[in-house]
Amino acid sequence: MFLIYCPHCEEQREEDEFHASGQAHLARPADPDACSDKEWGEFLYFRKNPRGLHRELWQHTAGCRKYFNIARDTVTYEIHGSYKVGETYEPTFQSHTSEQPGSEQRDFKHHGSEQPSDDTAS
Amino acid sequence: MTRFSGFGLVKHALQHQENWQRMWRNPKPKSYYDFIVVGGGGHGLATAYYLAKTHQKSNIAVLEKGWLGGGNTGRNTTIVRSNYLWDEAAHLYEHAMKLWEGLSQDLNYNVMFSQRGVMNMGHTLQDMRDINRRVNANRLNGIDGEVLDAKQCQEIVPIMDCSGSTRYPVLGASWQPRAGVARHDAVAWGYARGADQHGVDIIQQCEVDDILVEDGVAVGVNTKQHGIIKAGRIGCVPAGHSGVLAKMAGFELPVESHPLQAFVSEPIKPILDTVVMSNAVHGYMSQSDKGDLVIGAGIDGYVGYGQRGSYPVIEHTAQAILELFPIVSRVHMNRQWGGIVDTTPDACPILSATPIENLFFNCGWGTGGFKATPGSGHVFADLLAKGKPNKLAKAFSMFRFHDGALIDEHGAAGVAH
Ligand SMILES: Cc1cc2nc3c(=O)[nH]c(=O)nc-3n(C[C@H](O)[C@H](O)[C@H](O)COP(=O)(O)OP(=O)(O)OC[C@H]3O[C@@H](n4cnc5c(N)ncnc54)[C@H](O)[C@@H]3O)c2cc1C
Ligand SMILES: [Zn+2]
Repeated sequence: MFLIYCPHCEEQREEDEFHASGQAHLARPADPDACSDKEWGEFLYFRKNPRGLHRELWQHTAGCRKYFNIARDTVTYEIHGSYKVGETYEPTFQSHTSEQPGSEQRDFKHHGSEQPSDDTAS
Repeated sequence: MTRFSGFGLVKHALQHQENWQRMWRNPKPKSYYDFIVVGGGGHGLATAYYLAKTHQKSNIAVLEKGWLGGGNTGRNTTIVRSNYLWDEAAHLYEHAMKLWEGLSQDLNYNVMFSQRGVMNMGHTLQDMRDINRRVNANRLNGIDGEVLDAKQCQEIVPIMDCSGSTRYPVLGASWQPRAGVARHDAVAWGYARGADQHGVDIIQQCEVDDILVEDGVAVGVNTKQHGIIKAGRIGCVPAGHSGVLAKMAGFELPVESHPLQAFVSEPIKPILDTVVMSNAVHGYMSQSDKGDLVIGAGIDGYVGYGQRGSYPVIEHTAQAILELFPIVSRVHMNRQWGGIVDTTPDACPILSATPIENLFFNCGWGTGGFKATPGSGHVFADLLAKGKPNKLAKAFSMFRFHDGALIDEHGAAGVAH
């Protein structure tokens, strides 16, 4: 069970109260008309899938309902910190798995339709 | 290599089971292979088997970082069905279903394929409309399927609460009689034994940690244990670690890795002789030959490489199972585990060439690839042997996420994956 700090409520709460909303820091292309199919495809469907430090957007669905970002290790599941959308955050201690090369902020906005959280297995 | 037979069983019983042959060799890797398959799960082993058997290729290796079938193959809940909505997916999974039907004979290895039927429950009017649509689509594709009402569901599964007084009442189901379950380990072992018999080198404890690319062409891999192994063509079948391998070659896949868990109960007397799945309450259950109830549900919503699942999902799944089967409320759960599944945005796999020449990927099977194991291996072997996709593979290129030709099996089918 994750204990997640909501930077809006300024409280640490259990994972149940939150909903994971995928990769953080995705910005919609500034000039959509100028995008090629490939660029649109990457914006809509290609996500970082790091084994190590990851930046994610979460929503405090059963609380304030606001969105915020967390920095979390996808192997150890250690949460390094939470920060509001628009803020930056640098983890202060070393992750056992380092931040993946190329995990610089990608300027694409998250698109809701591919959220896989409703999949039932098999 | 001796063939397995009923006679052999008797003979070995009389010899106190002491003279069974090894099922596959344990060779040292050569410095060059025509074909390297990365990942010794069911899909990778099936790929190597069909490369050698169907395409008569030789000089093939399978590199597995752990042990055979130790990934999702050995962790899945073994549901096999082919009732997908869209033609492309339906054809691919039905191709696999046909291979399943002759697999034990083909491999001379009992994969315990049991066509006990799979029921996908409908709990709302919209569920039932989707079920009707999907069953019609299936039948047009020559895939068996029926729409059942609540009374027929009750007849097939007496222990299910079809009273109509539940929060999500059972209104009916789709029913695929040819669907069922198989023994997961046996699938990996059967393909491994078959591949080995056809001369494939299966190398366990051999982790690929780099893919060597020269001028846009893949020429080999670096392994932790055995250093560089060169290759003509490389096929990556690493399931949850697809993204990690793609990164080694310098590109990204439209894949996210999520934990998916399952549990089994203590063994009990037979109470369920089919498979019941429900997307609405979000759980599914079957009973193994040992008597354990095999239960699963959804993925964790976040990217994760830890092979364990989260507690909220356990709770949610237990609720779903009790909603359908109140009778199991006192059954103890024996074990719980997780695998890492590689999900794609359209819930369909990737069988594809890549931006790197001679490097191919078979991944993105997500939560539902076990059922496809024979078909996936068969089609991917064809792709590796010929270098271009056949009719079945064509639609599953990774570049569909650039040109928009997605095969949306997500919500459209209303089927659990
Ligand atoms: C809990 C659970 C329940 C499921 N239930 C069902 C179900 O009921 N029906 C269904 O159809 N599907 C189900 N699935 C999905 C199914 O298990 C997978 O889609 C399928 O097994 C994938 O097959 P594979 O051979 O590609 O994967 P795997 O068996 O995971 O094989 C991949 C292999 O690659 C190896 N590997 C990874 N990286 C490297 C590397 N760098 N070097 C060398 N080797 C490497 C791994 O060790 C692994 O052995 C379930 C999955 C889970 C986790
Ligand atoms: Zn909050």
